[in-house]
Amino acid sequence: MARVGAAVVFVAVLAAILGPWLAPFEPSTQELALRLEGPNGAHWFGLDELGRDVFARVLLGARISLLVSFVVVGVSATIGIAMGSVAGYFGGRIDEAISRLIDILLAFPGLLLAIALVAVLGPSLTNVVLALSLIGWVGYARLVRGQVLRARELEFVQAARALGATTSRILRRHIIPTTLPAVTVQATLGMGGAILAEAALSFLGLGVQPPTPSWGTMLNYGRGHLLDAPHLTIFPGLAIAILVLGFNFLGDGLRDALDPATRSRT
Amino acid sequence: MLRFLARRLALTIPVLLGVATLVFALIHLIPGDPAQAMLGETAAEEDVAALRARLGLDRPLIEQYGGFLRRAARGDLGTSLRTSEPVTQAIVDRLPATLELAAAAMLVAIGASVPLGIVAAVRRGTIVDHAATTLALTGISIPNFWLGPLLAIVFAVELGWLPVSGRGTLAHLVLPAISLGAALAAILARMTRASLLEELREPYVQAARARGASRARAVLRHAFRNSLIPVVTLVGLQFGAVLTGAVITETIFAWPGIGRLLIQSIGFRDYPMVQGCILFIAVTYVGMNLLTDLVYGVLDPRIRYD
Repeated sequence: MARVGAAVVFVAVLAAILGPWLAPFEPSTQELALRLEGPNGAHWFGLDELGRDVFARVLLGARISLLVSFVVVGVSATIGIAMGSVAGYFGGRIDEAISRLIDILLAFPGLLLAIALVAVLGPSLTNVVLALSLIGWVGYARLVRGQVLRARELEFVQAARALGATTSRILRRHIIPTTLPAVTVQATLGMGGAILAEAALSFLGLGVQPPTPSWGTMLNYGRGHLLDAPHLTIFPGLAIAILVLGFNFLGDGLRDALDPATRSRT
Repeated sequence: MLRFLARRLALTIPVLLGVATLVFALIHLIPGDPAQAMLGETAAEEDVAALRARLGLDRPLIEQYGGFLRRAARGDLGTSLRTSEPVTQAIVDRLPATLELAAAAMLVAIGASVPLGIVAAVRRGTIVDHAATTLALTGISIPNFWLGPLLAIVFAVELGWLPVSGRGTLAHLVLPAISLGAALAAILARMTRASLLEELREPYVQAARARGASRARAVLRHAFRNSLIPVVTLVGLQFGAVLTGAVITETIFAWPGIGRLLIQSIGFRDYPMVQGCILFIAVTYVGMNLLTDLVYGVLDPRIRYD
């Protein structure tokens, strides 16, 4: 399954990069006479309400989805690793303060807080990334904190400390690397989560704004044409489901490979 | 048990305070003047000043914060800018619809996931297990904002069996409940399978088999009952996800609940209503997590000594 996941993700990344060359039409070119026409030989996924090629827009949407998820996961993981390692390594009041902040942020269902933040900051791609990153780091911080608490007592860390290594060096060279396998698994699964969250916000009209094609925005517009043009709903949704499934398969496979203990449990 | 209860309750108070603080801060995150943002760029200066005074935005921040906390503690969440209706009343009016949808979604999820998880665990490693696991992972990956419209296309538009939107009869509830419950079903099926597999390895299951209990009895009467503890916990913890999912499902199916109220209020820049809905959902979520922890403490006495 992990291989299937890796293949899906690879194809999606290729499609996102090569989209403009693969698509037979420009994503913004309008053929108003053919608006809402269903899939055919020329327009494989049909046309939207402005007569634009849905296949070209789905390909371009892959760029938005992958870009948002890479940035959100990258920023979240970086902040989470920093906060989690500081909390776990230093303990005491710093740990107490960071842990309480984590508790408060975890008290919100994640997407709800993202909706709230984007509602006040205004709908845009940047604000979606900002909102999802502000929430996303919490999961990584909690994971890393737990790992660091264990790692700081390990012999090689004690040895480094005894040899006079600075705190920063111990964290960067010895402790943080031990957390990376778990962070990698969480980041892979988090990619799927970020794609879903971005699409959900865009679907609600709070994310990427037209004319930029985002899968969630396309689904939102498709909702008004369920009766006469169901292809507007089917294809962008299928793209989301396949890509998220790919990341989930890959994440599950990585977890099995990096943590054999879970293999027998799940 | 009392000490556990008191400690868990004490831990909840700072979290609730933090949640209220974040919700209070929301209005101050609005770029520029919040009153101007609510009324729009073309609003007259005196109208903006009047709204600023009405919302208390002209007072010192600390005074605003204290007032917000005092009113929220009394259940006063302010007044809607659009309808002039008290926010708390608007939420209470829509609460039954949201609870009905959430309960139906949870029923759908439990009804679908538990048999699937049991079959996957009992037939571990077989094609049935792989199919069940793939189905569960697919369920997690399909967004409810796609599943909902898909179900509507098939069952409302093509087959005409069920209404496409609105609330009223049981038929209206079917598609929103399935759409909202599918992801939870997938998560629960995975947990049921994993939890049951753990229990099936325990010596007491083999002892039951050695005493002559049938395989079905050993699984259902012995292992399954014990495997339910983490599953029940997960149901409680996932309630927040269901409430958030309801925001989307209610929007898709024009279901007149709190989620739809929230999204409509965002569209109208009715920020007191937005704050009220967010605070209500978050506090309910915290309350459900607390309740889940307490139930877990009752079900598994070992947790109290941690």
